[in-house]
Amino acid sequence: MVKVEQLSKQFGQFTAVDQLSFEVAPGEVLGFLGPNGAGKSTTMKMITGFIAPSAGTVNVGGHDVSREPVKAKSLIGYLPEGAPAYADMTPAQFLKFAASVRKMGATSSTRIDQVVDQLMLNDVLHKPIDTLSKGFKRRVGIAQAILHDPKVLILDEPTDGLDPMQKHEVRSLITNLAEDKTVIVSTHILEEVNAVCSRAIIIANGQLVADAEPGELESLSEYHGAVTLKLSGETDPRVELEALPSVFRVEAYPDDNRRVTAIPNADSHLYADIQALAKQKQWDIEEMFAERGRLEDVFRRLVDSHSSQSQNVGGTA
Amino acid sequence: MIATLFKRELASYFSTPLAYVFIVIFLMLSAALTFFLGGWYERSQADLLPFFGFHPWLYLFLVPAIAMKLWAEERKSGTIELLLTLPITVFQAVVGKYLAAWVFIGIALALTFPMWLTVNYLGSPDNGVILAAYLGSWLMAGAFLAVGSCMSAATNNQVIAFILSVVVCFMFILAGFTLVFDVFKDWAPLPLLDAITSLSFLSHYQAISRGVLDFRDVAFFIVMILAWLLATAIVIDIKKAS
Repeated sequence: MVKVEQLSKQFGQFTAVDQLSFEVAPGEVLGFLGPNGAGKSTTMKMITGFIAPSAGTVNVGGHDVSREPVKAKSLIGYLPEGAPAYADMTPAQFLKFAASVRKMGATSSTRIDQVVDQLMLNDVLHKPIDTLSKGFKRRVGIAQAILHDPKVLILDEPTDGLDPMQKHEVRSLITNLAEDKTVIVSTHILEEVNAVCSRAIIIANGQLVADAEPGELESLSEYHGAVTLKLSGETDPRVELEALPSVFRVEAYPDDNRRVTAIPNADSHLYADIQALAKQKQWDIEEMFAERGRLEDVFRRLVDSHSSQSQNVGGTA
Repeated sequence: MIATLFKRELASYFSTPLAYVFIVIFLMLSAALTFFLGGWYERSQADLLPFFGFHPWLYLFLVPAIAMKLWAEERKSGTIELLLTLPITVFQAVVGKYLAAWVFIGIALALTFPMWLTVNYLGSPDNGVILAAYLGSWLMAGAFLAVGSCMSAATNNQVIAFILSVVVCFMFILAGFTLVFDVFKDWAPLPLLDAITSLSFLSHYQAISRGVLDFRDVAFFIVMILAWLLATAIVIDIKKAS
């Protein structure tokens, strides 16, 4: 549905997006991750046809965005970064305007009622957008993006500035919408990836660093299969744990000295090994759990190694 | 599509005090200039020449004040991204926004009708000439506005947009003056000299406002407007990337 090929964008000497290629199919929710300034928003601006690429193509629903911009744009619902909206209009006027530009005709008023309910905008429907809180402004932006039931939904940081309850609402909304749509969500909140995304892309310095399902990404983490253990009393299991062949290293759990985390060697069955060890030593276990992996850790390692690589390249050039 | 944009824009003028302030100032200034500087009453002639004579100078400052927000504000508030990712072309957006501003100025101009009533009460003027002058005045305002639209697209600072438009519009007024003519007459070839003088907003406007509705004068303003709107679309295309 959305196909990005060899996409690049240069601003003068600065390369914001560098030969980026990926594809997203209907039903997928693609998480678009990267540090600030990695080129996430620039890529989204090119997909939605706001800015023209320096090189490469974007195809949305069979339409090249540069060649048939109006056709491609009519398939897209877009929430730009910061959720801009006409400040002097009320949400009701604003949604009516969007419906009219998108030629929704007779269906528009029932559809507006629907999205207003979905995003709980009833209380602010007739107040100028200017006077609304950040959370409401964002929801007005999302309402505008999903109004025409678009096949492709592109949301640039949709939960930024929302409180935890609102974040939860927006995430479940995205999950519900995703069934038959192609969704691209940029975020720097990693928990969001697990909550809504079926796939994640990490970019750094405008280049693709990883493209995988959240589960696969987690398995790239050092902490994938790591076991955290807490024993009752003063028993310290560190020495014994370090002696296990399947343990790579042991570290103290943040904020709690009595908890220790054992990080496994690759392809080992650490949990079973520790269970056996505990039985043998007759440890009184207060708490023991295995981790699926820490996305923060994967993210940091991928981005760090990528930027040091590109610095080396820059140094030798 | 253009109609939808047009309606939104026009409504936005009246949702803030801007529209009312502009209209009141325009009406007060045009009346004051006509009566005090133009000596309209003392002339004892049943026409509106002094009234229309001040319009170029009035527009020089008032039209850029309307035009400056056209694109600079969209860019500053980020709504330009929203607008241009809707299924419309840049040129449709440019025309929709422009027409709203032009009609808004038209409304302000139409509200000067008490002048027309007064002159008809006091004497029997040639209403055909007055109608032509109104049309010419509105066309000239449209040309000023199109220049301002392009300047507004070139910057996201409204003050800079205002100053640039005033300067460019001023040059288009001056093009017809002997002051400018004298600078060029000694060295410039005749065709260039002709070209410069023919660019003058003032001479085309004066021709229309005397009641001579020459096709060429009307066409001049229409071509001028289209050219500057096209330039606006190009500037937006270039500038939005940065």
